[in-house]
Amino acid sequence: MASMEKDSVSGQMTTGHEWDGIKELNTPLPKWWVYVFWACVLWAIGYWIAMPAWPTPTGYTQGMLNYSSRANVAEDLKAQQASRAQWMAKLQNASPEDIVKDKALLNFAQSAGKGLFGENCSACHGAGGVGVPGAYPRLADDEWIWGGSLADIEQTIKFGVRNAHPDSRQSEMLPFGTGDAMSADQVSQLADYVVSLSAKTPAAGSPGEALFAERCSACHQEGGVGMKDLGAPALNNNIWLYKGGKEGVIAQITKPKHGSMPAWTERLDAGTIKVLAVYVHSLGGGK
Amino acid sequence: MSTNTDATRYCEDVVKKFVLAAIFWGVVGFLAGDFIAWQLAFPALNMDLEWTTFGRLRPVHTSAVIFAFGGNILFSTSLYVVQRTCRAEMFGGTGLGNFIFFNFQALIVVAALTYVLGFSQGQEYAEPEWWIDLWLTVIWVAYLIAFAGTIMKRKEPHIYVANWFFFSMILTVAMLHLGNNLAVPAGLFGGSWMKSYNLFGGVQNAMTQWWYGHNAVGFFLTAGFLGIMYYFVPKRAERPVYSYRLSIVHFWALIFLYIWAGPHHLHYTALPDWAQTLGATFSVMLWMPSWGGMINGLMTLSGAWDKLRTDPVMRFLVSSVAFYGMSTFEGPMMSIKAVNSLSHYTDWTVGHVHSGALGWVAFVSFGALYYLVPKLWGRKEVYSLKLVGVHFWVATIGIVLYITAMWISGIMQGLMWRAYDNLGFLQYSFIETVEAMHPYYVIRALGGLLFVLGALVMVYNFVKTIKGDVADEAMQPSTAGAR
Repeated sequence: MASMEKDSVSGQMTTGHEWDGIKELNTPLPKWWVYVFWACVLWAIGYWIAMPAWPTPTGYTQGMLNYSSRANVAEDLKAQQASRAQWMAKLQNASPEDIVKDKALLNFAQSAGKGLFGENCSACHGAGGVGVPGAYPRLADDEWIWGGSLADIEQTIKFGVRNAHPDSRQSEMLPFGTGDAMSADQVSQLADYVVSLSAKTPAAGSPGEALFAERCSACHQEGGVGMKDLGAPALNNNIWLYKGGKEGVIAQITKPKHGSMPAWTERLDAGTIKVLAVYVHSLGGGK
Repeated sequence: MSTNTDATRYCEDVVKKFVLAAIFWGVVGFLAGDFIAWQLAFPALNMDLEWTTFGRLRPVHTSAVIFAFGGNILFSTSLYVVQRTCRAEMFGGTGLGNFIFFNFQALIVVAALTYVLGFSQGQEYAEPEWWIDLWLTVIWVAYLIAFAGTIMKRKEPHIYVANWFFFSMILTVAMLHLGNNLAVPAGLFGGSWMKSYNLFGGVQNAMTQWWYGHNAVGFFLTAGFLGIMYYFVPKRAERPVYSYRLSIVHFWALIFLYIWAGPHHLHYTALPDWAQTLGATFSVMLWMPSWGGMINGLMTLSGAWDKLRTDPVMRFLVSSVAFYGMSTFEGPMMSIKAVNSLSHYTDWTVGHVHSGALGWVAFVSFGALYYLVPKLWGRKEVYSLKLVGVHFWVATIGIVLYITAMWISGIMQGLMWRAYDNLGFLQYSFIETVEAMHPYYVIRALGGLLFVLGALVMVYNFVKTIKGDVADEAMQPSTAGAR
């Protein structure tokens, strides 16, 4: 064991201990360290006096400020609801059409709708309704598969598309390319015609035109204008839910893909759906 | 150096094995962490396979860095330090050492496999199922026997401060591990033997979990690594410890106060207000006891500050203490409820943890490894001190990128969550906050990549050191710590 000695750098004495060559100085505690430590302790004691702090056999010390985080949340929620109450009442009694006509009410509904859309719809339809190419339709344009009026949109949100709800929108395109429905050549000719429709240059007199009239026009209508009631998309524009071009059209004719959307009436109340309908309608292409 | 140190035989082959395992698991854990960081920026990297999703790989990362890397570092350094500072050969010798070593490495592999295959207790940092917990208990008791036994047969009259910290870590971790893993195997009631349910439910389960979780940080990653600091900093600096009194006072204050701080993880939850108050106040009182360790680490350099210029190993050790000081200021601040209402559940927390984990735990570990490897393999110094300097700067830049990205992203996230428009509606939906964080996720992942690259430089340096190569470098410090 080494003896105490004076360290030449600091002028402090060592403690006289030594382990594997390590010695220790007998430096006193830094004053500022002690003061700040006690200041923190005092602050803690003050906090305990003010706030709920120590458990007791029958409960806990309540603190002088009578603080309760649960009561705070309840108050905050109440204040929030009160600040919206006047508008909410108006919203409750208005039809979607009324809301769109009243600029101030529309502004309120859009504010509410933005958050609701973000939490409920944007997971599929994207922030702001931009859609996901090849998967989920874009809501920010004026192309609507099931109709773009306020009533149509509200109906779609309420009951959804191709789900188990009895009022869900239902329709499925038949797989025209499988079995002996059409030969590969015919599918190809038909796809050529559909592509010409989308380019706004219909190939009149082509074999595809005849096939289209025979097989497709019942739903997609003459000239490919589409039919909202059946969810048959318009083909006379270059907006494609899945894939455009000849290849994409052949794929859809041969083995059609179908999306699905939940019936939101099972999760959201009627007022919320109304607000969402107004919001979606305002995204860019409401009819 | 004690006059008769050389007369004592030390059990060092086990220490060597733990050192190699620590280096190996360190690289594995850092790689896993950086991979999941890229997954957060680019979700396609989840690869649509259940085994490679973020949810299963994240515990692989946390367990690999905390328990596999950190654990092997603690085993190696504590068993090295306790022998040297007690002037006694390790109790149980190579036999007990090998038992701990091989069981612990096997446990790591098995635990990681269960995570990937979908078995988990669902408790953060305590994911392994009940039968792995029992296995770990056996290993930990063996470690306790080896460590305490060595202290009991010491030839030094006093117990060195590093050993107080190691010992408090071993005891407290044992208590935490048993307390938080009180679980009932579902097999007892006709369910699967691979599944268990915690004895506590609801908020009581949350409270024991964060009593465990915060003290895993407090004792495993702080007290244990302070033990490392108290040996390797004075050894490398060749200076006496700054203040014996400070080491006593901050040790007892630290271990008394830390154990209460856990509830700050549960602010603004169903946890009763009084428990939240205690969590916040004890965390704030913990600030100075933590800084006591920082002061003792930094001030031990007085009279040897020039080594920061000449010795990159010293740079690792000193920077680690500086990061420790920063994290232990940030932590108490974040536990104040007003601050926590902004920081909670955001990336700020993730950044805070990593400034402690990368800056403090990993850096002090690197410093200790750069000291230990040449010592254990009988080399004068590590293969290339220049490469140690490269490792230091690459890793430091990585950490800075990581934590600044998480500060910005976390505070932004917190502000976006609480933003209301003038009509009283939330201004942002959750997905908008996720989109806003994307660039910071990329920066974070790049920072992590630099940290991994630095570790690979270290591995190269150690391979060369162990082979006995010495780089041809003009500037070798005359003060190289190895004696």
